[in-house]
Formats: sequence, structure tokens, C-alpha cells
Amino acid sequence: MSDSEKQPYGDPITYPFWEAAERHELLIQRCPECGSYQFYPRPFCLACNAGKVEWVKAKGEATIYSMTTVRVQIAPQFNPPYIAAVVQLDEGPRMLTSIEGGSPRIGDRVKLAWREREDEPPLPVWTPVEG
Amino acid sequence: MNDWDKNPVYIVGAAEAPLGEVHDHTEFSMVAVAALEALAEAGMTLKDVDGIFVNYMGEEGSVQVGEYLGIFEPRYADATDLGGAAFEAFVHHAMMAIANKRCEVALVAYASRQRTLRARSMAGGERQMTIKGQFEAPYGLPAPIGYYAMIAARHMYQYGTTSEQLAEIAVAARKWAQMNPKAWRRGPLTVDDVLQSRMVSDPLHSLDCCLVTDGGGAIVLTNKERARDAVKKPVRVIGAGESQTHWHVAEMPDLTVSAGVVSGREAFAMAGISRSDVDFVQPYDSFTITVLMALEDLGFCAKGEGGPFVEGGRLAPGGSLPAMTSGGGLSYNHPGAFGVQLLVESVRQLRGEAGERQVPDAKIGVAHGVGGMFSTAGTVVMARE
Repeated sequence: MSDSEKQPYGDPITYPFWEAAERHELLIQRCPECGSYQFYPRPFCLACNAGKVEWVKAKGEATIYSMTTVRVQIAPQFNPPYIAAVVQLDEGPRMLTSIEGGSPRIGDRVKLAWREREDEPPLPVWTPVEG
Repeated sequence: MNDWDKNPVYIVGAAEAPLGEVHDHTEFSMVAVAALEALAEAGMTLKDVDGIFVNYMGEEGSVQVGEYLGIFEPRYADATDLGGAAFEAFVHHAMMAIANKRCEVALVAYASRQRTLRARSMAGGERQMTIKGQFEAPYGLPAPIGYYAMIAARHMYQYGTTSEQLAEIAVAARKWAQMNPKAWRRGPLTVDDVLQSRMVSDPLHSLDCCLVTDGGGAIVLTNKERARDAVKKPVRVIGAGESQTHWHVAEMPDLTVSAGVVSGREAFAMAGISRSDVDFVQPYDSFTITVLMALEDLGFCAKGEGGPFVEGGRLAPGGSLPAMTSGGGLSYNHPGAFGVQLLVESVRQLRGEAGERQVPDAKIGVAHGVGGMFSTAGTVVMARE
């Protein structure tokens, strides 16, 4: 398959998210009617049910809402121990992610980073903010 | 609206499937064993069943089990997919169906051989282009323990809950199991043993987790008239409720609050009783945190006070709120979906058949199923007549 025939990554609702990920941009959605932010992507606003939302770039700052250190190997591609966390973006939405580096705790501030992957777009992860 | 005093619904049969490590049965023959025993208690046979409530027995589970048991053309068929809470939801649905004369004799049944078949895997994250595949699977959160670990961690952060308090729940379950000859694990267990056991996904240790065994069970529900056929004492269902929250962990509205708030509120309102009327509770103990949060969400203590509440053996034999009286999923048996066995144990306690582990003079009991990634809840309130 040539590059021009390459299928976009994701599903019809998330294509723009993964396309932006290639540029290391984290896209979330904002409702033009009520101003709410949301993630994961949907074609409508969860807060006011407006039928249209717009993509906006998240500023890339968040707080750790909860986390766990995984100490079992669940599949060959994962090498424990590693940290899985739910972070709350400053814009409001939460996402499941990894925290890379440092000794993070719940409540700590984190900033956006990207993990490169072989056959898939870069994956958003988060790193502790120093100090 | 139904007048429940005029049209009461009863559990007239309750039985376990073969338990533990089962080599001489299939899931289907196990279900048959449990169904026949439960129906015998009801004074009935499979021919009397006109409502079937089954899931997790393969695709279209109610159809597969219905065919196996020779139950064709029931008037009511239900394969609700609420995980461990499905069985409490089945009771809720069966109650409505019977009261509204959509069926007369409801069979709820389940069995699995997930120990013998080694069917469990923690690599729950699918790799397809679903939301889970795109936004959860790449991060390697083990299923289900990682989700429950994240919930426990948040509860600890927000309310100061400790690993020692969670361990007390495992110890209470073990003390009950020591009085249940059918329990899988019956050896002594201390809080220290739990804390010293292998950390799997912080803060949950291996002994904060339920067993993986073969097992299952069946219950039979019917109306007042048919309950007269029962060989054993019928137990009345006086309240039921169900609810659900998230599929993805980041979507759980509050990691410290489960769907049990709604299922419990609905069930207790229907029953018209208060928490202090409850003689025992069978909370789904998939993990220790599942019990702690369920007790809060059902209103046995305030939100955030679950830790101190379970201290001092409150849930253990002799405690003021006997819980997991079979030994629970933590020590007695856990065949993947434990919800039906919560009901079986409740019925036995209310009939006074629980032997050494009998809760003295038990009149009202609560079974509370939890399923998925703390995603679903089903609450059933039962009473001795």
C-alpha cells in the first residue's frame, strides 16, 4: 500500500485527534454553545447536547486524579513496574494515561509529553512538573 | 403501580452449582445441577419454568441454557449484561415480570469453570479501534484490578482510607469462610498476611483480590400462590434496584462513588426499611475496596467513613454488620460472576440454614452485586416472612 492510500488512524470520530497527535498536539473538544470541554471525542456536547462541537488544542497541563503502579506483566509489550493514571486536564476532562519519570503522587501537577510508537501515532503521556 | 403486599414475590429455591475445581462437569451440566436442586426446593421441575434469566454462558446465554435445560418458548427471557450485578438485576426484572403476570416461575442461573479452564486474563484492553482500544489499551492498565486499584488509591487520597482497613475486609471474609465447609480458602489470615502478600497494582495486594474458582448457582422466584408449593420456607423479595456508570475508568463521574448509590436508594425505598433494620449484607467482594465503597454507597456509613467503619471486625462473625457470610468471593468461591451466589447465601441465612455461620435470628438481608470495572450495581433486599 502506498502512502497516498494509507488509511487514517482511529475511527471516523477520532481521526482528527490522531492526526493532530502526529504533530504532538493534544486535541480535545469544546462546545461553541455552552463552552464545555470534553474528551474522549464525540460528535455532540455531553453538557448541553448541542449537535456540534469544535476541536481545540489542550494547553497540556493537568493534575493527577488517581494512579496505580502496575506490578504484573499483562502482555509482552508492557514491562512492569509502570504507572497508569487518570489525569484531570486544566480544561476539565479526564483521561487515562501513563506518568513517565519522577516519583509522582495523586494531586501532583503534570505536563504533556508524547510516546513515539512504531506503527501507530504518538501516544499522549504525562510527566511530573518539577518543583 | 404494583401493591407489593397484595402481589408479593418470593425466592422459593436456591442452590449452588458444583464448586471449587470441577473436572466432572461442563458449565451447562453445572447449571443443570443447580437448577434442578433449586426447583426441587420450590416443589417444581424445569417444566414449570416460564421465565429464564441467564447470562455469561456464551452468546445469548439465556437461549443456550434454555435449550440445554429443555425450556423452550418461555414467556419471559432475559440475558441482561451487567456483569456481577446482572443477577441482582435479574431478581429486579423477575420481580416486575411476576408481579405484572408476564411470567410465573423465574429461573436465574449461572455456572463457570474459569479455574479449570484457566480462562482469566488481565490483558483486558482490546486492540481494536474502539474507544477502549485507542485510549485505554495502550496504557497497560490490568483489568479489572488496575481499575479497582485506581479507585482505592483515590479513596485513600481523599478520605485517608488505609491498606490495613482494606485488609480487615479480607480477614472478615476469611473468618466466615472458616465456618463454611464449602469455602475454598479456610486457613487462618491476619491483616499482616494481607499487607505482606504480593502487591499487584498499588494499593491492592494479591490478598485484596477475590479467588478464581469454578462455581455458580441458581435461584427460583415465583408469586404467592405458587410459593405454596415450596418444600422449603420461601423468602420474600421486598426491594430491588439497579444502575450503571462508566465503561472507561476516566469516565467514572467520581472514582469514590459507585452506581450502588442509585441501586441501593431504589431498593431500600421499595423495601421501606432503614439500614438499621438489616441483619446481614452480602456485598460483592471482588476486591476489598468493592466492599468498603459499597457499604458507603448503600448508606451503612457516610461517604468516606468506610475505613473506620470496617475496623474492629464489624463485618466479621460476631460483628454488628455481618457481611460476606459465605466467606465471599475473597475466600469461599468466585466463578467470575458471583452475583447469584450472593443471593443463594442470603436465602440460606434467612431460612436459618447456614449452620455454624448462621447469623442469629436473621430477618432481613441485602445482596449487592457489582460488575465490570465498578461499572454496575444491583441491590436486592430480602426478608424472612
